[in-house]
Amino acid sequence: MTVESVAQKTRGTRWVVPALLALILVLGLASLAIGPAPIPLATAAKALVSGEGSAGIIVRDIRLPRTLLAILIGGTLGATGAALQGLLRNPLADSSVFGAPQAAALGAVLVLYFGLAGALSFALPLAAILGALVSIALVVAVAGRDGSTVVLVLAGLAIGSLAGAATSLAISLSPNPFAITEIVFWLLGSLEDRSMVHVVLAAPFLAVATALLLTTGRALRALSLGEETAASLGVDVARTRLVIVGASAVGAGASVAVAGAIGFVGLVAPHLVRPLCGYDPARTLMPATLAGAALLLAADCAVRLIPSGAEVRIGVLTALLGVPVFLWIIARRRGELADVAA
Amino acid sequence: MSAPDVLVRGLSVRLGRREALSGLELAFRPGELGVVVGPNGAGKTTLLRAIAGLVPLAAGSVALGDEPVGRMSRAARARRIAYLPQIGGMSWPLAVRDVVALGRLPHGEAPDRLSPDGALAVAAAIAAVGLAGFEARPVTELSGGERARALLARALATEAPVLLVDEPVAALDPRHQLLVLDVLRHRARAGAVVIAVMHDLALASRFSDRIVLLDRGRAVAAGAPEAVLTAGRLEAVFGIEAVVSSGADGLAITARRALPAVEGH
Repeated sequence: MTVESVAQKTRGTRWVVPALLALILVLGLASLAIGPAPIPLATAAKALVSGEGSAGIIVRDIRLPRTLLAILIGGTLGATGAALQGLLRNPLADSSVFGAPQAAALGAVLVLYFGLAGALSFALPLAAILGALVSIALVVAVAGRDGSTVVLVLAGLAIGSLAGAATSLAISLSPNPFAITEIVFWLLGSLEDRSMVHVVLAAPFLAVATALLLTTGRALRALSLGEETAASLGVDVARTRLVIVGASAVGAGASVAVAGAIGFVGLVAPHLVRPLCGYDPARTLMPATLAGAALLLAADCAVRLIPSGAEVRIGVLTALLGVPVFLWIIARRRGELADVAA
Repeated sequence: MSAPDVLVRGLSVRLGRREALSGLELAFRPGELGVVVGPNGAGKTTLLRAIAGLVPLAAGSVALGDEPVGRMSRAARARRIAYLPQIGGMSWPLAVRDVVALGRLPHGEAPDRLSPDGALAVAAAIAAVGLAGFEARPVTELSGGERARALLARALATEAPVLLVDEPVAALDPRHQLLVLDVLRHRARAGAVVIAVMHDLALASRFSDRIVLLDRGRAVAAGAPEAVLTAGRLEAVFGIEAVVSSGADGLAITARRALPAVEGH
């Protein structure tokens, strides 16, 4: 092998990001057109720009918010999955290992339980984000700033279980069946009937979280050789851990805050793009983010196309589709996954 | 690659409640291959980690020339000290070339954006460990020995003036043991400080310029192999009855039997 071929090898994967962006654009347009009142793509695009007529109201006020949320939340979930899998060097990691989504859900459930959601429209999302932040503060307090990754995960799992148990307690003590229904439906996850208020509320958190996660590429690259080697390569491992865990929690909190619990997108998205990126954890970050956005957009289009009385909950759909895909990926790569575990 | 001396002065390191190293006074010079030997738990790995700046020091100092390692920025330290840990796998099926290219991270180079110098260093490191032709192979598909050599190439590719390697030949077949030790000695002769932890005393005596014998966190002896590795020391430190004779290719060391455990071992 010559020096030139080492230097110039680009592995022909530069198309991944543009292709995913194009896919998001197409799915985004479709998301504006699909629904109980189907609107042709061209009309939807025009209505989005002009905002006129009933099509304008439907596209701008009903479908645009959920489209934007699907992109933002899906992207955050994808980035979170890629960063956490890189940090933990474990292809099965997602933000639930640090307890943040469970804690965010508990925050939201408490608001529903006390019937505050109706009084203050932003009480629920704020409580969810607060729940995630409290959980991460607890995890870091228990594990310590320089706590090893294993300690962080153990603390996160414990706090996640605690939040799950508290959620179950809230359901079982619920004062009336309406509250139970509300809580259970919330936990299933949905992008239905979200407004621009939700977008404005969640977008800053989601954007900051994703941006922070995208900065960790260099450290993740070094971490693929283990924490000790990464430290010897000049990486501040403790800081990287805090940035990733903190950003994941904020992202998970904001996602749960406006959309409820949506699983498997963060787990699956990195797997779909990793082989296209030479398995490099740094080069996986951006494609995983875009793949997450595309996946959630596609799922949100699908729930509107599935004929049923009420809309199928998107969290249910991502799990129903995500689990088989995930099992298939594991089965196909069990050889290399076994290697990773060893 | 002109290297300063690695100077260890009054070094103590505590791991939890245990004093892993106590009061070490050592100097490693450029041009020499230094080998650290000692029984399990003697503090060999801790010594390398302390020199690499990866553990807090309880007392004393580690310096490159007159510059304490602890005062260097992470980036500067990473450019000047390359470290190959004993344990450290590779989690993803990255291509061998990409793994070796990680050694260029301290120079601000990514595997997909190597400088001409970086590309040269990566290609040379791959060739040096005998993995030419394996560049595109996923490391997870390599044998244990091949993988160990790929990780060594990663440390070589940094081209740091100080190279610390923890058991670099433990997983290798006899031919590759010789090859890798030749590479390390060659790197030393080119002006680097090279410090290796090893268990094979005969190989250590043959390739090293200087041997440090550690026992329970203290340096029992340091110097030329034949001066350090005497039958008496092997008995006292390793608890073995051994016959040591010098030959043309270093020392011939035959461990005849393990002695009954004595207090403290």
